[in-house]
Amino acid sequence: MQFTLEFGGGLELLCDSVKIHKVNINLLNDSDILTMKDLLSWVRTNLIKERPEMFMKGDTVRPGVLVLVNDCDWELSGQLDTTLEDKDVIVFISTLHGG
Amino acid sequence: MEAGEAKSKKAGGSRLCCICNQRRPVLKRPKTLQQICRECFYEVFEEEIHQVIVGNRLFKSGERVAIGASGGKDSTVLAYVLSELNRRHNYGLDLFLLSIDEGITGYRDDSLETVKRNEVQYGLPLQIVSYKDLYGWTMDEIVKMIGLKNNCTFCGVFRRQALDRGAALLKVDKLVTGHNADDIAETVLLNILRGDIARLSRCTSITTGEDGPIPRCKPFKYTYEKEIVMYAYFKKLDYFSTECIYSPNAYRGFAREFIKDLERLRPRAILDIIKSGEDFRIATTTKMPEQGTCERCGYISSQKWCKACVLLEGLNRGLPKMGIGRPRGSGNDQKDTKARSTAKSIESKQCGSLEF
Repeated sequence: MQFTLEFGGGLELLCDSVKIHKVNINLLNDSDILTMKDLLSWVRTNLIKERPEMFMKGDTVRPGVLVLVNDCDWELSGQLDTTLEDKDVIVFISTLHGG
Repeated sequence: MEAGEAKSKKAGGSRLCCICNQRRPVLKRPKTLQQICRECFYEVFEEEIHQVIVGNRLFKSGERVAIGASGGKDSTVLAYVLSELNRRHNYGLDLFLLSIDEGITGYRDDSLETVKRNEVQYGLPLQIVSYKDLYGWTMDEIVKMIGLKNNCTFCGVFRRQALDRGAALLKVDKLVTGHNADDIAETVLLNILRGDIARLSRCTSITTGEDGPIPRCKPFKYTYEKEIVMYAYFKKLDYFSTECIYSPNAYRGFAREFIKDLERLRPRAILDIIKSGEDFRIATTTKMPEQGTCERCGYISSQKWCKACVLLEGLNRGLPKMGIGRPRGSGNDQKDTKARSTAKSIESKQCGSLEF
């Protein structure tokens, strides 16, 4: 499945200062769905190059990191349980950097 | 975003915006837990700030107002929203952008580029004042001399005065800053943790410094950081987001993280902490520092010399520890406990960007 991942608000610094990543992710298990939980663990392993604690805490994003799936707050779509579809656009923005 | 629209049934389910009942919600408001659409979000976000401005009589028609602009999310959104509201509701304000150049290569020079773009985008005149011009030192030079310990003390103390000096140059009546609800809740907690009762009692005031040279106010006092960032994102506002290269920010960082953890469990916690801060009453037996003026530069100070003058004297005499920790030496001969507690509370402040 293809996704567009965008990192902003300073999070791009954790992945080689690249803001937009076009990625291809194969389904991890037998089930045919991919959730935000799966995506986050993929991102942590494959995209985050430094200070992963700035991005994640436990199995979810660090409090203060906003997540949008297709420009919609992930708090409306079930957060970690949000199921993703091909060509979804997922945006991560840190609110923790300077004002 | 046609693809996004097509998939609207997933994100947000079948529910509609709580306010207009027509469009797809894009955001859950931390303040009310309402699910609202983009258009209604813009409207309530701007309207609430307008109500805060009107309800607290922050401005009078004809006033000149400087917006403390760092190029970061809060001040960028503040500049955008304030100029919008000024037009829409005929506040009759003359707005200016005021930026401080601390002289931090790779950080402030980049963020100032953002502010210069904002100057053009929003049509607001920009004034930049630099530490180099005001004090003869850049932060880079200060760090070279004193190292990475206590550098935030210098920066914070200098910034506070620099904003006032810049405001005086612009001949403004008021200075507004982008401090948001999360910042204020965090500061309430920090002041409690430090036992800093003087700051605790004023950190929740929407306007401060009315007895000083230029009053400061915080129109975002009740605005959640989440909404500010969402607003900037949806409106595609141009802001800069990199942590200062010199800021370890450890103590404040813990408080910030704690607030964010609380917010995840119960978003109202942020407003409730502010409310607790507002409703505290200081016991009449509590000793408060007396406000006077600095004998050297005339700036408000509870000591003979203001903190900036003491720090600057130390730098210029090659004694950078002067003014850090216990006040000693020239300019500070009142060695009472009051003086000591003031110095300590400034020393433990890791980063001065949130000075109230």
